[in-house]
Amino acid sequence: MSGLSLTHTLAQQAYSTSTGEAVQFWILGSVAVIGALCTILMRRAVHSALCLAGTMIILAVFYLANGAYFLGVVQIVVYTGAIMMLFLFVVMLVGVTAADSLKETLKGQRWLAALCGLGFGVLLIAGIGNASLSTFTGLGEANAGGNVEGLAGLIFTKYVFAFEITGALLITAAVGAMVLTHRERTERMPSQREQAEARVRSGKQLPPLPAPGVYARHNAVDIPGLLPDGTPSELTVNKTLRARGQIRDVSGEALADLAALEQRAEERLERDQDTEDRAAHDRDTEEAAK
Amino acid sequence: MSPVNYLYLASLLFTIGAAGVLIRRNSIVVFMCVELMLNACNLAFVAFSRMHGNLDGQIMAFFTMVVAAAEVVVGLAIIVMLFRSRHSASVDDASLMKL
Repeated sequence: MSGLSLTHTLAQQAYSTSTGEAVQFWILGSVAVIGALCTILMRRAVHSALCLAGTMIILAVFYLANGAYFLGVVQIVVYTGAIMMLFLFVVMLVGVTAADSLKETLKGQRWLAALCGLGFGVLLIAGIGNASLSTFTGLGEANAGGNVEGLAGLIFTKYVFAFEITGALLITAAVGAMVLTHRERTERMPSQREQAEARVRSGKQLPPLPAPGVYARHNAVDIPGLLPDGTPSELTVNKTLRARGQIRDVSGEALADLAALEQRAEERLERDQDTEDRAAHDRDTEEAAK
Repeated sequence: MSPVNYLYLASLLFTIGAAGVLIRRNSIVVFMCVELMLNACNLAFVAFSRMHGNLDGQIMAFFTMVVAAAEVVVGLAIIVMLFRSRHSASVDDASLMKL
């Protein structure tokens, strides 16, 4: 009886994983899919990168759950640690003014692409669904001597040639990146005097740029200064802030203030006029009484 | 739960990544989608490794990671270069060879 139940549990083990792992899979798996969707749907590249980093951390957890302990740690260190930080660096260099435009260059391309993706996914999932993958062995035996030891044994015996080639590839990539981003200066750097002379010759903006801010109340850098007619001046705020759309425009407020001031001045003038009139009238009546 | 579910998840992530490559115009985001596809493949490799009970799949995933690291270095260098010459990270602007 006990032997039968033992074989039964063994068979069950061969067909399915533990309940804890199932719960973990369904919760973290849905989070991973949401992260992937956010990666392709977020407008700003920074948000995409953060969502992708989250998905990668969840994949690391899945590697650990699948018995790939070494790969799980490598995933966190290399992918989320190194590669995503590299991405964030490049976003910092490039992405500030490079918001994705929503304009389609090819008409209907977005819908066609989404349709293609959907069809591709259906094909892929149908292929996996049709394959007979009812049993699985598990890594208990392969990981018996330790996961890292097992991987090392394979890398340095069966895959040693591929491993060597990988080293060559990494060196080539490092040299390639240096060659690509390095700029050789072909001409002498212009001196400060030459730069000043060129600026005078171009004649565009000789004095320093006008300062941002309005009156004495708003002197923050994100508020454009106002021209005499009350319109904001483009020259006074930083280009990057303008590209990000982080400019606070107070020209309406300032114009309203100005209008109120003028109205108040007018009222006071009228009142003065009234009092003068009354005084003149009084004088007249007094003279008439005399 | 059968570990085949990991394969379904991997194919789903791969599909999302592929759709992202087709849909997005920002070259950095396109590159991130390529990374997502590579990660999905890695997950499939690890799941297969567990199903078959040997470590060869994990070795493949390991090599994929190394190649992805090299690819990211070169790819981001190319993006920075493109941005320097075109002042834009959009894939539509790199059309120098168009007739």
